[in-house]
This record gives sequence, structure tokens and C-alpha cells, in this order.
Amino acid sequence: MSKNKNTYWKTNLKYLAILLTIWFIVSFLFGIVLAEYLNQFMLGGFPLGFWFAHQGSIYAFVILIFVYVYLMNKLDKKYDVDEI
Amino acid sequence: MSTQTWTYLLVGLTFLVYIIIAIVARAGSTKEFYVAGGGVNPIANGMATAADWMSAASFLSMAGLIAFMGFSGGQYLMGWTGGYVLLALLLAPYLRKFGKFTVPDFIGERYYSKNARLVALICALFVSFTYVVGQMKGVGVAFARFLNVPFDTGVLIGIGIVFFYAVLGGMKGITYTQVAQFCVLIFAFTVPAIFISLQMTGNPIPQIGFGSKGTDGVYLLEKLNLLSTDLGFDSYTNIDRGNLVNMFFITGALMFGTAGLPHVIVRFFTVPRVKDARISAGWALLFIAILYTTAPAVAVFARTNIINTLSDKPYSQVPEWFTNWEKTGLLSFEDKNNDGTIQYVADAQLNELTVDRDIIVLANPEIANLPPWVIGLVVAGGLAAALSTAAGLLLVISTSISHDLLKNYLRPDISEKGELYAARVAIAVAVVAAGLAGLNPPGFVAQVVALAFGLAASSFFPAIILGIFDKRMNQQGAISGMIIGIIFTTTYIIYFKPQLGGPGLPENFWWGISPEGIGTLGMIINFVVALLVSRFTSPPPPEVVALTERIRTPRGADSPSGQAH
Repeated sequence: MSKNKNTYWKTNLKYLAILLTIWFIVSFLFGIVLAEYLNQFMLGGFPLGFWFAHQGSIYAFVILIFVYVYLMNKLDKKYDVDEI
Repeated sequence: MSTQTWTYLLVGLTFLVYIIIAIVARAGSTKEFYVAGGGVNPIANGMATAADWMSAASFLSMAGLIAFMGFSGGQYLMGWTGGYVLLALLLAPYLRKFGKFTVPDFIGERYYSKNARLVALICALFVSFTYVVGQMKGVGVAFARFLNVPFDTGVLIGIGIVFFYAVLGGMKGITYTQVAQFCVLIFAFTVPAIFISLQMTGNPIPQIGFGSKGTDGVYLLEKLNLLSTDLGFDSYTNIDRGNLVNMFFITGALMFGTAGLPHVIVRFFTVPRVKDARISAGWALLFIAILYTTAPAVAVFARTNIINTLSDKPYSQVPEWFTNWEKTGLLSFEDKNNDGTIQYVADAQLNELTVDRDIIVLANPEIANLPPWVIGLVVAGGLAAALSTAAGLLLVISTSISHDLLKNYLRPDISEKGELYAARVAIAVAVVAAGLAGLNPPGFVAQVVALAFGLAASSFFPAIILGIFDKRMNQQGAISGMIIGIIFTTTYIIYFKPQLGGPGLPENFWWGISPEGIGTLGMIINFVVALLVSRFTSPPPPEVVALTERIRTPRGADSPSGQAH
């Protein structure tokens, strides 16, 4: 494997690690494990933990995918592996 | 016009659209039949994926389920959306680069084994078939309630429609029909929610409305919590501590299961490029999120409305919708203390009202006194959701048989024309078989949906992930991981599901994990076994390592395998 492709893949893995950590935090942590603690804070009429479990995590998921697409398209171009 | 006329009109109209699309977009080759020629626009594919994914259960049952679960209902909301992040980041782009037709294709080639392909094939068939039977049943129920035809006739009409466009159009016909079905179902789900949100909170956006103040100046959720606790129910937004571990595992099983379901994965084979596969998953989740963020609002509105309209009200003055639903047996009142008023309380001894949670979405517009055309629209939406999912699943079944079993296992010398013919016959047989099973659903069908997710999570998901991210993964590792994952998950589910004849009792659940959530543990076991076994057996051959390297970059699909870099 060329050195270039190696760094391309490593950067890809770094992006995945960061984005999937956020994915885990907003759903499993904020929406389940820490929900009871977060429920003491209010977001308008929503207790915060409840809001993450029923709304917030889903918005975060959508944003995560679009951020990933943006980062990867840039990375593909940089390492000249993008499609025509 | 009456509700009945509106329903006939809207359902008839939408069906006509589906059939016209099917005729225009019929498939001419196996590539068109399996993956719509691989040239679908990513936004259109996103809509088709969303319609494919959102079944009768998402459309009709989920909001009702949440209305009666409160906070814990979040497991379905997070579980059935979070899997798309995994799909977009870990699976879709690489499988698109791999560039074949099916999940068993990938498993078979990556693990250089016909037996691996066969294991994957059997899992794909089992998962898809149990799923599709439920859809057929959903079609029958919707027809029976709103078009006043017997349940059987409803299922038969459903079979007829799906038969027509799936056999004729293959993936191509199905994809473009699903785009239309998505528009119908999302419109049908959001319009009543917007009306009700306006009515109850003055805010037209349901997602914000259910966190706003009601007409009396009190936050809606605060009011619902108060109403619930007054009647002895748990407070709606409160967290059930004893259930948190189980909720964690169920959410996981649904996420990993989603990412491993063959009828979802196959959608990403239909777009032209790797970058289209990535963005397509984003569009799909965005379209799904419209329904999934509206559903919890619908749940809160419906639950509040039911308590307000019925609790402590005299039975002689119940609204008309109450009497209509009573006839179906899905809503019932038993005057235990003979005082003529409805006592709706948590205490089972005193409670006099039973509401089937499946009627919430269908009854919601009636409860909120919305005009008759809205009710007709909801029925058309429910049918769109059921039909689109059924068609997508039937296609996976037919592809598995004609492509994976016939072409790649039994008769590799079959011609393109013969394979297309076999695909059409297979889908025709699958439609009829699913319909018959839907007519007379074996009692265990609802129970095996848990199994479908558990199986997808504990078999496909790790095998595909390791196939992409671990170059050292070999056939011994992957196959033993899949088999042990499947056996563990299936055994646990059967043992703890009394409906499947299991002797297990809930108090003996491991760490309180119910059968719905055990797929997460099955998946972890699969990963561990695969990694251990692969490290003690021979590495995969060089051409497979080259394949793994090739799928990791978007460009260069045509670079020869085994080339030194």
C-alpha cells in the first residue's frame, strides 16, 4: 500500500472515531445513562434527558452524517482518490 | 363528503399513481431488476430508502407505543435512526465500491467461501420473510377498518398491487414507486400532527409544540406528567431506573440490526458512485427523521387528549369515534363499579378502559375532531408505508433466490435472460407466500421481529464491518463468529419468549436484558470470537487482502487485483 493511501485511511479512521464518539454520547449517554441527571435541566418545556432521548439524538445523527460526507469529500480530493 | 368516500378516493388515487410508475419504470435487465441499473439519484434513493425502512409498524404502531411508554419509548426513536449513522460511516460507501448486488455476494467473496455465502443467504431469507409477513398483515388491518372489506380481501388486494409492480418493475419499479410512497406517507403523518399541535399549543411545528405551553399557559409535558401521576401512572418524562440497562441494550440491538438488515443495505448498491452512497444515507436519515421526530409529539398529544376526553366522563356522552372503535374490539369499556363514568387509572383492579396502542395514530385525527379528508389521508399513508416496505423485502427475497442461490450456488452457467426470468418467478412466489402467511399469520410472527433485528445485529453487522476494517480477518474467523453469534442470540430469544415456547422467566434475564436487546450482546460475542479465531488460523489469500484494500478508496474500481503498491 502506498504511503499516500495509508495516510488517507488513517485520517478516515480518525474522522470515524470522532464522529462515532459523538454518536455514542448523544444517544447512549445523554439519552439513557445520564438522562436522569440531565432531566433536572429544562429546554423550554422539555426535561433535557427526555429531549435527547426523543428529539436531540436524532437531530445529532442527521448532522453527523452530513459532516462526515463533507469531510470525506474534501479528503478524497486532497488525496486524489475521488471519483469523476 | 364522508370519511368513507374520502378514504376510497385517496387510497384509489395513490394506488393508481403507483401502478402508472411501475409501468413506466419497468426493468429490462438483471442489473435494473436487482439494483435499478445503479443509476438512481441520491436524493431519490434517500426517499426510497426512507419509505423502504418506515414500515406499517413505524407509521401505525410506534407513536402509540411511545404514548404508553413515555421516556423508555426513546429506545425505538434512537434505535431505528441511529443505525443510519453506522450505515453511512461504516458500511454504505465500502459496499458500494465493492459493487455487487447483495450482502451474501460480499460475504461470499470477502470470505472466499460458498458456505459463508450460504449462511448469509439463509439469514437474509429468514430476516426478510418474517418482516414481510407483518407488512401483509398491516395492509389487511388497514383495509378492514377503513374500507369495510373483510381482512382477507384486504390482504388479497395488497398482494395484487405488490405483485403487479414488484414483478414487473424489479428494483427499478420499486424504487420510483417508493419515492411516491414516501411523499404520501410523510404528508399523511405530518398534516394531522401539525393540525393537532396548532389546536393544543398554537405552534404549527409539532417538534416544538410538544415542549410548549398549552392554551392554559402550562407546559404540555408538565400537564401530562401531572395527569398521569394523578391517575397513578408513571410520570411521562421520568426515567425508569430499573430498566436503563435493558433500554441501553435494546437501543443497541435496533441500531446494529438496522445497519445489518439486507433490504436496507441493498439500497446503497443502487446509486452511481461511492460519494452518492454516503450522501444518500444522509438524505435517507433526514427523511426518516421527519417522521421520527414527529412521532413523539403525536404520542404526547394523543395521550393528553385521551385522558382529557375520557377520564371521569360519563359513558353515555362519549364521542362518536369511541363507539366506532369499540366495535372493532380495540377499545373497550367495562363499568366495574357501575357508576356510568369511565375510570381510567393505573390500578388494574379499578381501571375500566382498555386502549389498544395500535389505534393511536389512526384514531388521533378523529379524537382531535379533524376533517374527514385527513382521516382518509392517514389510511392512504399507512398503506403506502406497508406496501413500500413489503416490496423492498420481497425484492431481497427474490434476489437471494435467483442471484445468490441459483446463479452463484446451483447453476453458475445460467444466462442473463434466464436469471431475470428466475428473479421474476421468485418474486411472484414470494409475494404469494408472504400473502398467504399474512392471511393466516402464525401466532409467533410478532415475536420473531425481535429475532430479525437480533439476527441481523449478531450475524451480518460484525461480518461486514470486519471484512472492511480488518484486513487480517479470514473465513474461519468470520464464519465461526457468525454461527456462534446467531446460535447465542436465537437460543436466548427462544428460551425467554414464552410465545415461542420458551420456559425462561423475566426475573432470570441476564442483567435484566430482555430478548429484544440481546442482539447487542450477540454482536459483541461475534466480534470477540471472530477476532480470536482469525488470529490463530491462516491469513486470507493475497487477492482477498487486495480486495479489502480496493474497497477502502472511492476511485480505481478497475485497478487489477493483487497489484503491488
